[in-house]
Amino acid sequence: MAVDIRALIAQQSARRQRGQELREWLIERFLLLNGIVAIVLIALIFIFLFKEGIRALEAIPLHRFIGSEVRSFLTGQKEFRMIWQPVSTDPKYSIVPLVVGSLMVAIPGTLIATIFGIGIGVYLSEVASERVREIAKPIIELLAGIPTVVLGFFCLTVLATLVQQLFHTTYRLNALLGGIGVALVIIPVIASLTEDALRMVPDDIREASYALGANRWETIWRALLPAAISGVSGAVILGVGRALGETMIVLMAAGNAALVTANIFSPVRTMTATIAAELGAVDQGSPHYYALFLVGALLFTITFFVNLAAEVVINRARSKLKL
Amino acid sequence: MTANSVQPGIVVAAPGGRIDWRWIVSEFYLALVRGLTALVALFLGWILWRIFILGQKAVTWEFLTAAPRHGMEEGGIFPAIFGTVCIVVLMIVFALPLGVLSAIYLVEYAGKGAIARVIRAAVNNLAGVPSIVFGLFGVGFFILFIGRGLDTVLGVPAAQPLFGQPAMLWAALTLAILVLPVVIVSTQEALIAVPASHRAGSFAMGATKWQTVRRAVLPQARAGILTGAILSISRGAGETAPILFTGCAYFLPTLPVTEIFGVPVVNPLSQFMELSYHIFIMATQSTNVAKTLPIQYGTTLVLLGLTFLLNLSAILLRIYFRRSLRKRH
Repeated sequence: MAVDIRALIAQQSARRQRGQELREWLIERFLLLNGIVAIVLIALIFIFLFKEGIRALEAIPLHRFIGSEVRSFLTGQKEFRMIWQPVSTDPKYSIVPLVVGSLMVAIPGTLIATIFGIGIGVYLSEVASERVREIAKPIIELLAGIPTVVLGFFCLTVLATLVQQLFHTTYRLNALLGGIGVALVIIPVIASLTEDALRMVPDDIREASYALGANRWETIWRALLPAAISGVSGAVILGVGRALGETMIVLMAAGNAALVTANIFSPVRTMTATIAAELGAVDQGSPHYYALFLVGALLFTITFFVNLAAEVVINRARSKLKL
Repeated sequence: MTANSVQPGIVVAAPGGRIDWRWIVSEFYLALVRGLTALVALFLGWILWRIFILGQKAVTWEFLTAAPRHGMEEGGIFPAIFGTVCIVVLMIVFALPLGVLSAIYLVEYAGKGAIARVIRAAVNNLAGVPSIVFGLFGVGFFILFIGRGLDTVLGVPAAQPLFGQPAMLWAALTLAILVLPVVIVSTQEALIAVPASHRAGSFAMGATKWQTVRRAVLPQARAGILTGAILSISRGAGETAPILFTGCAYFLPTLPVTEIFGVPVVNPLSQFMELSYHIFIMATQSTNVAKTLPIQYGTTLVLLGLTFLLNLSAILLRIYFRRSLRKRH
């Protein structure tokens, strides 16, 4: 009898173990499935954007996305113009003004945010006392948590008047105002990544610098920032990506006129704002509709490579400092 | 051990009593850095203060509980609050399970394999995609491809689409993809923070992989996962661009609610009003922007209050989470 019971127990536990193994296997597969669904969704964004974008190329010849021949009102001569005017009897689809618009907002925005962001990052990592940092850091995080539509609203209602009075601009809404608004979004990004990069610099470097007689600022400027340069430049590149992708602020504050201009006080229209302003009113399946997807695909491609560059640079910084 | 635990003594004057220019230059730049930080903090304070002062005049009980009246020039914003809550709940229902389970796979199972690397790269990249691109995707994929597809399969006439039109469901799905990286990354961080010794201990007692994850790892990561969920909700509530065309409405005469057997249920196939969209549309496209300015400030204050409460609770939860982890070590 005793033998039988032992065999029974062994049999039962073997069965239980087999059941458990099956369960473990199923759970692992289920978790993997979730990961795959996440990837597929991401891949779908890419596929759909480009699938619809490429159809724009079927409807509209490629060179018309650069510019087209337009009869001048004044001279009656045909001349080459770069105009985005998709809703008209002779639709024009030049995306040059949109790209220029994006740059006209992103460049001043990133410049402003770089100055403030690196300054704040240096302050948080090297200058502030522990207690001040514990207050200052959440405040900067708070800025990062403000919905962009709120910042856009603030730019539109308050800052626009201020900037116009300060610079005596013709237009209340312009590229500079959009740039300032966008800077508000990327300052926290650059600040916190700069702080991270500086904190990763080993204390040996600080000590060596002080031992050589450098004072605090000389240590920061000559020893720490050069050591953290990859992380800091990665932060700035990431800022550029954010600035190019920002939608609500530029839609509300940058003036929405698709112009090819280098004047920072002129209203501009970015790629993002164009999609946001026109997708609602467009007929599905029209060339204009596909053109908007093409703009989206272009935007996606640009930000993809900008973010990739940032990631490569930041990762290089991490592996270099871990040595 | 923090970065600035190492500091030299301050030498005010160089030997011989000459003015120490190096020290002055150093102090100047340190002051500059302090000044830049203070400037941003003050500017932020000014933004918040202005919105608070102008907004609190508009925010009354009636403002929070009534619908807009007189061509949106009077009344409250209750439908927008209601719509925001609905869409955010729907979004998190989609995003949280998918994100948390993916993160568990990545951290606990995947190791450094090829699939794991692809998922990681994709998730990192998704975080950098401009939000308007999600809006494009929502229209192209959810509304036109899936929605119209469902309508065709079900034989719904194209003139009166059931699924193939902007709706709360599609907007929530679009937002869910947008916040997916937030959920995944924060869950990953919470899981990685659990000490490896706890897993080893669980395995040593004969627990299987899943038992270890379920009983030893997840309970400790719970607060971190919750933090990520709250941050995603806050992010989702503040996003406007992805829902511009996927379901938001300028004005709806009724709440997006239908009755099923006499029980009122939120209708996910209906359009909805939403706080951030309300701010955008009132500030840029309402018939009388100047007259509705108090409503705009009031709505902004409500949205800011909502996101700040969410972010604050996430920050507090994170502090609590770190403390409790440190205690266990």
